[in-house]
Formats: sequence, C-alpha cells, structure tokens
Amino acid sequence: MKIGLKTAIAAAVAATLGTAAMAEGSLTVVSWGGAYTKSQVEAYHKPFIAKTGVQIKSEDYNGGIAEIKAQVEAGNVTWDIVDVELSDAVRACDEGLVYPIDHSILPPAPDGTAATDDFLPGTLHECAVANIVWSTIYAYDSSKMADGPKTMADFFDLEKFPGKRGMRKSPKANLEFALIADGVDPADVYEVLGTPEGVDRAFAKLDTIKDQVVWWEAGAQPPQLLADGEVAMTTAYNGRIFNAVAAEGKPFEIVWDGQIWDLDLWIIPKGAPNKDAALEFLKFSTDTQRLADQAKWIAYGPARQSSAPLVGKYNDGKIDMGPQMPTAEENLKRAVQNDFEFWADNQDQLNERFNAWLAG
Amino acid sequence: MMKLPAYASPLERIWHYTYLVICVLIFIFLIAPIIIIVPLSFNAEPYFTFTEGMLSFDPAAYSMRWYADILRNGMAAPDAPIDTNWFADMWNNAQWIRAMRNSFFVAICTTVLATALGTLAALGLSRPEMPFRSAITGLLISPMIVPLVITATGMFFFYSDIGLAKTYLGIILAHTTLGIPFVIITVTATLVGFDNSLIRASQSLGADGWTTFRKVIMPLILPGMISGALFAFVTSLDEIVTVLFLADVEQRTIPRQMWSGIREQISPTILAVATILVVISIALLTTVELLRRRSERLRGMAPQ
Amino acid sequence: MWVYTGGEQTTMADITANQAVTGPLIAADGTPLKRKLAQTTRRARMRALLLTAPLVLFLLVSFVFPIGQMLYQSAHNPSFGDVLPNTARALAEWEGDGVPGEEMFAILAADLKQAREDRSIGRAATRVNYELPGSRSLFTRTVRNIGKVEAAPYKEALIEINEKWDDPILWATLKRVSNDYTASFYLAAVDRKYDADGSIVMQDEKRQIYVQLFWRTLWLSALITFLCFLLAYPVSYMLSVLPLRYSNLLMILVLLPFWTSLLVRTTAWIAMLQSEGVVNDLLVWTSVLDDDNRAQMIYNRTGTIVAMTHILLPFMILPLYSVMKTIPPSYMRAARSLGANSFTAFRRVYFPQTIPGIAAGTLLVFILAIGYYITPALVGGQDGQLISNLIAFHMQRSLNWSLAAALGGILLVGVLVLYWVYNKLVGIDKLKFG
Repeated sequence: MKIGLKTAIAAAVAATLGTAAMAEGSLTVVSWGGAYTKSQVEAYHKPFIAKTGVQIKSEDYNGGIAEIKAQVEAGNVTWDIVDVELSDAVRACDEGLVYPIDHSILPPAPDGTAATDDFLPGTLHECAVANIVWSTIYAYDSSKMADGPKTMADFFDLEKFPGKRGMRKSPKANLEFALIADGVDPADVYEVLGTPEGVDRAFAKLDTIKDQVVWWEAGAQPPQLLADGEVAMTTAYNGRIFNAVAAEGKPFEIVWDGQIWDLDLWIIPKGAPNKDAALEFLKFSTDTQRLADQAKWIAYGPARQSSAPLVGKYNDGKIDMGPQMPTAEENLKRAVQNDFEFWADNQDQLNERFNAWLAG
Repeated sequence: MMKLPAYASPLERIWHYTYLVICVLIFIFLIAPIIIIVPLSFNAEPYFTFTEGMLSFDPAAYSMRWYADILRNGMAAPDAPIDTNWFADMWNNAQWIRAMRNSFFVAICTTVLATALGTLAALGLSRPEMPFRSAITGLLISPMIVPLVITATGMFFFYSDIGLAKTYLGIILAHTTLGIPFVIITVTATLVGFDNSLIRASQSLGADGWTTFRKVIMPLILPGMISGALFAFVTSLDEIVTVLFLADVEQRTIPRQMWSGIREQISPTILAVATILVVISIALLTTVELLRRRSERLRGMAPQ
Repeated sequence: MWVYTGGEQTTMADITANQAVTGPLIAADGTPLKRKLAQTTRRARMRALLLTAPLVLFLLVSFVFPIGQMLYQSAHNPSFGDVLPNTARALAEWEGDGVPGEEMFAILAADLKQAREDRSIGRAATRVNYELPGSRSLFTRTVRNIGKVEAAPYKEALIEINEKWDDPILWATLKRVSNDYTASFYLAAVDRKYDADGSIVMQDEKRQIYVQLFWRTLWLSALITFLCFLLAYPVSYMLSVLPLRYSNLLMILVLLPFWTSLLVRTTAWIAMLQSEGVVNDLLVWTSVLDDDNRAQMIYNRTGTIVAMTHILLPFMILPLYSVMKTIPPSYMRAARSLGANSFTAFRRVYFPQTIPGIAAGTLLVFILAIGYYITPALVGGQDGQLISNLIAFHMQRSLNWSLAAALGGILLVGVLVLYWVYNKLVGIDKLKFG
C-alpha cells in the first residue's frame, strides 16, 4: 500500500513536471570547483565541445557520494559524469550506484600501448577511471618565514615554528600526518593506524597543536587562510597552493615531506541521462594528450605514464610543471598513498572519535 | 522622553541614566551589525574592514566594484562591451542573477500558495464552532517550531522517493510548509475581535458565501493577509536549510549562494548582496508597519 | 439567535406555533428543536473543519508524513536483509552460539555471489561496519574473491579467504543486524552499544560524543535564552513606557533585524568579529588590544553565542513588550505611594506581572535555539557546534541516515515536549509578530 501510494504520487509528479529528461546533446559534468574545474574546462570541456558539438554543463560539488546516492535511489539522476576521490569511487561501486566501465574502450597510448598497461598501477577501477593524481601537503608563506619548515615533524613543532596551523576538518590525512611527524615511517603508517595504540598515538600528537589549529573544509580555504595571515602554515591540496603561487604570485612554499597522494576518478552514476555522451567524454578526457594538457592549468599528475613526457610548462610558459607534480620522483621520497580500504573500514569510528576529540 | 518623577532620589537618578545608557548599548548591539555592512560593501579593497581612506571619506576608497561583481560573476564574457548581448549573458549566466531569479520565483509561488491555504485555514480556526481548535492550531504552527534540520531531512527522503527533490516544485512545497505558520498567525490576529454578526448581516441581506467573503471578510482581514503573505515571502527568500537538502545547482537561491560564499571565501560581494537584502527588508518592514496602522484605524483602534 | 446560524429561515412565529401544538420545541420541518440544533452545530463544525482541511491535508503530506517516514528509518534498517535475504532468514532461526555450521556458510556463499552480480554488497557491509568497525572490507574482499568458491565445503573456503569468518563475535553481530528492526541507532545516539553478548554497554570512552553534544546544545541554548532575556527586558520596558511616537521609532530597531535575512546577520557578525574585523580593529585602535594579540571572537563558541543571541533577541523582545504594554503605570505609582522603594516596587509589583511575557519569550527562544543549524555551522568553529550540525553531518557526509534519524528523533521529542508546555502555559494562538 505504501509503495502503491508513493508510486502514484511519483507518477503524478512526473506527469505534471514532464520527465527529468535533459535537453538532447548536453552533458552534466560534476567536479570540485575553483582552479581544479577550470583546469578541466580548459583541457577537456572546450576541446570536447569543439569536437563533438555536445554542450557541457559544469557543476561544482564538495565531494562525497551522498548526492549521487540520493539521485540514484530516487531514480532522478541529473548528473552524467562525476569526478570523485578513490575511496568514494570504491564505495559507490560497492553499493551499485555507478556503471561498471569496460577498460578496453579506453584509447591506447600514442605508441600503441594498451590503456590497461599505460595507466599507472591502481588507477583503473572496475567502475572508475582515474584522470589525475593529487596530494595533500602542507604549505607556508615564505615571505613571513625565512628559514621555513622542511619536514612533517616541523609542522607539529610549535616552538621552532610558532603560529596557527590550518588543517582539514576530518581525520583523513591528519592522522597519517601526525604519525609521520611522530616518527613513524611513511610506509608503515596504515599498519600503525590499524591498531588502537596507533590511533591513540596519532591523536596524542594532534593534541600537541590542537589549540593552534584553524579548521578548514573546502579546498579553496587554505590558500585564503595563508594569504590573510590567519595561519602560519596549513595543510592543503597541492594544486590549490600551486595555483595561488603561479596565478596570483603568492609567496607560498610547499613541503612535500610526508605528502599523502590520492586519485581523482571519473564515475558515471547509474541512470545517468546521457550515458553514451558521458562515456565519450570519459574516453576523450583520459587520452594521453588531454591528461598532459590539464597539467598546463594545475599541478596534478596525469594518471597515464605516456602523458608524463608531454607535460610541459604552466600556461604562462614559464614554470616547468614536472617538478610540481605529486608524482615527481623528488616529491615521492617520503610519500604515502591514501589507503582507501583502511578508510572505508574505519572512517565511521574515526570520524566519531575525531568529532568527540574536537568537541572535547 | 522618559521623565523622572520629581521625587526621585539621587540614587534613582544615577540608576535612571545608567539604565538609559544600557538601553542605548542594546539598541546598538541590535542594529550595528546590520548598518555596518552597508559602508563596507562599498569598500574599494577586498577587505572586511574600514580602510584609512574610508575613514577619511576619500572617494577613491569607495567603489561600486562589488556591486558590479554581482552582475559579472559567472558571466561568459564579463568584459565585453555593454550591449544587449552583454545583458543576455548576464541574465542567463551570472551566478548571483540566476540565484536572484530562482529566489524570487520560488518566493512568489510560495507566497501565493501559503497565503491561500493559510487564510482559508485561519478562517476556519477562528470560527467559534471549530472543533479540536488547539490541537489543529498546534499542528499548523509546528513547522515553525520543529528544527529545520529535521524537517529538511524528512522532506529529503520523501521528496526523493516521489521525484520532487531537485525540482522547483519540491522547494516551493517545502517553503510553503515553512511559511504557513506565519500566515496563520497574522491572519488569525486580524480575525481576533472580528464581529461575526457582520457575516450574518451579509447573509441575511442575501449574499452567498463567496460574495460575503469578497465583500465583507476580505477587506477586513486584508491587512493580515498581506502581512502574512510578506512573512511567507521573506521566509522563503531567507530559507536555506531545505534548499541545502533539496535543491540542485539549477535551483540555487540567494541564501544558498551566500552559504557557499561564506564557507569558502568571503568576498565583499557577499556584503553587497547583503546590503541589497537589507534594503529589501526595510521596504517590506515599512509595508507591514503601514498595513498594521491601517488595520488599526479601520477597526477604530487608533493609537493613543 | 440560533435561527440565523445555519441559514435556515425559521422564524420565531413558527416556533411558537409548533410549541403550542406539541409541547416540546419543534423546528419548522418538524424535527425536534434539540436535534435540529445539534444538526446545525454539527454542520457549522463541519464547515469550519472543511476550511482547515486543505491545509491540514497539505501539511500531513508535505510535513508530518515525511518526518514520520524519516523517524521510521531510525529503527528500521533493512540493508542487510535486502542484500543477503537468505542469510538473514537463516540467521533469524539460528540459535546464535559460536560460529554456525556448513549449512549457513553455503547459504551465505550463495547470497554473496548474488550480491556480486547485483553490486550491492556495499550496503550490507556498511550496515555491519556500524556495529563492528573494520568489518566492511571483510565483505567487500570476500565478494571480490567469491568467484573462486565453487563447491562445498563453503565454511572452509570462506575462512580461507578471510579468517574473520571464524569469529563468534562477527556472527553474533550478523545475527543482530539480520533483524530489520533495531534499537542500535538510538543506542548509538546516546553513546551506547551492544557488546558481544548482546547486552547494552557504554560506547568506547573516546568515541562518546552525542550525549555530550545534547548537553552542550541544552546548555548553550539556556545561556543564549538567558542572555536574550537580560538584553530584552530593559529594552522592552523602555518601549512599553515611551509615548507611542518614540516607541514606534525605536521598535524599528528591533523589527529591522527581525526582518533581515539570517545569512545577512551571520555575515555581518563575521565582518564584525573576525580577527581583521571591525571590533578587533576598534580594540586595537583604542589600544585595548595589541595588534599581534587580536581576540579570537568568531569560529568558536563565542561566535555562536553572540550571533545567536542577536538573531533570537527579537523573539524575546516582542512577547515581553506586548505583555508590558498592558501593565498600567499607575500600579507602580501606587506601590511607591504605599511606601515601597523603587526596587521593592519593581520586585513585588511590576516583575510578577511580566512573568507571562517572560515565559512566552523564554520558551520560544529556547525552542528555536536548540534546533539551530545554520549559524553554528558558519561561525561555530569546532566547539560551537550544536546537535543539528551533527545530524546534518550524518545526513550529508557519513551517510549514516539511520543515526541521523535517531538523533533527530530524540531532538524532536524534546522540542515537542517544550512546544506542548508552551501551548499549555502561553497558548500558541498568542504568538504575534510586529
């Protein structure tokens, strides 16, 4: 009866509103906004529109799969293709919210290497295709700190480097940073964090700077916090800091020690109104040249090996992009890859503990 | 203004002046934040504070750039020459303009719906024969009392189920729900002391129900209806929580746009928008105040 | 009088005539007057009800039903049973001791294979993970490898994939989540949980947050209500005694904030209080503060308190003012002339008469404060968050909708109780604006 009533109302609503069908030949691409979306618009959207004539509607969101879940479960999907973090891609796939993607349709590298061999290991998922590698790092304003911090331990050293710290309001990345600062080898971080003692140790380390932390939530905030002098140093997404430096000439310096890198991937929600166009867009945007082009606009590493040699300079023609990438050899020395499975298993309890810790 | 009685003791005199100072401070607390954003929105610099130039009234320290930004932000070609194309571009693409169009569209639909349903119900509620009056009034006012997060969460699930989430209709229904208590309260207030013999007089003179409503009831409760409508309008214009849960980018309203602005990067553009909203509230407030006086005059309750 | 109410054209003459013939009062159409009156009254009541019916129906559909449906989710979570239906059925019959036998594992393996086909294991895994952290990957990994398991013995094969399948605590948890109806989320909402034996214990101390947050919400709301009262009382008094000419002008200062958008006022407070903001600048300029030691007044609890007090203040002033306006000034003069000093006169004569206004304002402000979401989210930083913010977090970020619903259910009960008290004490129809 309950279902009957709902279906009836839904039918009535659909009849009055007209079905949610999108205009023919348009595509809704959803991404993270700001400098990042701009880089995609320049490198993917514009050439795609020029080539196919399909109009693209670009939307911003703040990550997470809540929105996709709501759309899919309500059978009212308006998004065609979405840029998500790895852990969210895996979760969406496990919950059946997205279409599986056949990797054989992806274009091969210019030298003929199959896509499955050309993509970096771990960047192709059964429901998702990675486009970039990004990283959480920390940065400071070099005009205010002549002899700046060098290591992750320095970030937690309030005596040597006094001043407020900016951190993302989430346990993700912060717990890893705390352990690295506390002397855990980056390779062992998730092993230590998997034990109750390890979690205690991470929180104990965070405790040492808790009073000095300003918490941020959106990726656009940390460069703003640094620029306003609200914080002395802040964790941030490397691309955002790079853009503040390259596009606005801010004197920010990135510390790569202990960086935590992760992937952004395309997924196609189940029931996407323009699935075919979305697949075309996915193929187009993850080819070797497009991925290399994106690096002209933001310092995120392409997910294909064959793109790396094509990465040139920033769009002003001055800054060499290679060393700015999270995947540059120099930057990977003490790096951690985000362990999506660890977070999928533990995020509920760690979120609760983190919230309790914040409130305490 | 407030006179001290002649027999006041010195202590009372001191207290009296302290009291006046306290009251002035509280009024400043009430109004200062709202007033202060107005000059700040004309700041030439991207700061939230008064620059030295502003304090010395240097015209160069003031500018309309943030108001221009409201129009230009999101436009495809903001620097193109200002002609019809530029205006079309602005009308279709500028984020704030789109938000304003959405806000006003939703608010107007909400107002019509909430006023119609609310007035009808208020008429019923104020009939002396109304059964279960207090229970039903309690139900009708409850959207104002129930925490918005709970209302929005419930609507999110239900409206998603029936395909109303991410549609204008869904947001309009949600806002109507939230606006209704205000209409009920204001219309019921004008009906208090309503002389029911007027209705009987009209009926005995041969008027049918509709004519009675149009010619007798309506003119008397009109001020209440209009204030109720304005309240519903403002509620919708200001509402953010259900919009956060129910709206898509397509349906972004002004508060939704401000919300992302405040959370990410507060630019003085938000202050410029805020200033415009303050001007709108002043206009609405004046209207309501004039209506209230008119209503009092009509019913012979002139201010002493 | 009654002859006109129903619109029936019965005249006094008819009545007298009828009465003369039959004795008991009879209406024009021959029905006894008593019944006739009952009929007319019923019709009038029906008419009044009919007028409210559209709105009541509208609210039932757009407001009451959605909230009810959401609350239902707090106790009803079928994710496990939906994804692994046969396992859930078998678990319901299983007596629940230790690790079950081969039969159960065979059913589970079949269900897991189906879940692999449907790509639906995530939902069940998430559900189990709420109760037993760390078990999400057990399901997702097992499903990834389930293709290799083709024949009996399934028990060994599954334990081969992951030895956690041999854990009695896991199976006790599975038995619990196989029931669609659960109190777990309400327990979680008050920092409690089931232990391995199924008895209710406190949540791990470092994860306890919700009770603390409920208390903080109550305590901050009480504080804000008290501050509103402190600020509203003198101002309302002044408004009530001034001649109308002046008080109407001053009233605008109260009503303008009331009519101004919530987000505008919150933004205004950010501009006022932030470290480069107006108040700090003023304090530095007057040398109260050092330029390097600007006060942190926003993005913390102080910010929440100041902004919310400002936003809710008109809700306290308006009811206080409307009560104070009705108190004749002659009472105070009488008290003074009878020898009371001004303080005693205030305490014994004036103040008691304002109590209805205080009750109305206090309850209203308190009710509105405990449900606040937007202002704490924008200016509350980490220690100025209220329970609503956590509900939104679980709705939009962690996707634990059942927990959000349980927290919302508890909050709603609290608010409705207060609302009921308000209705009893003050009367909801006394609410007025402007």
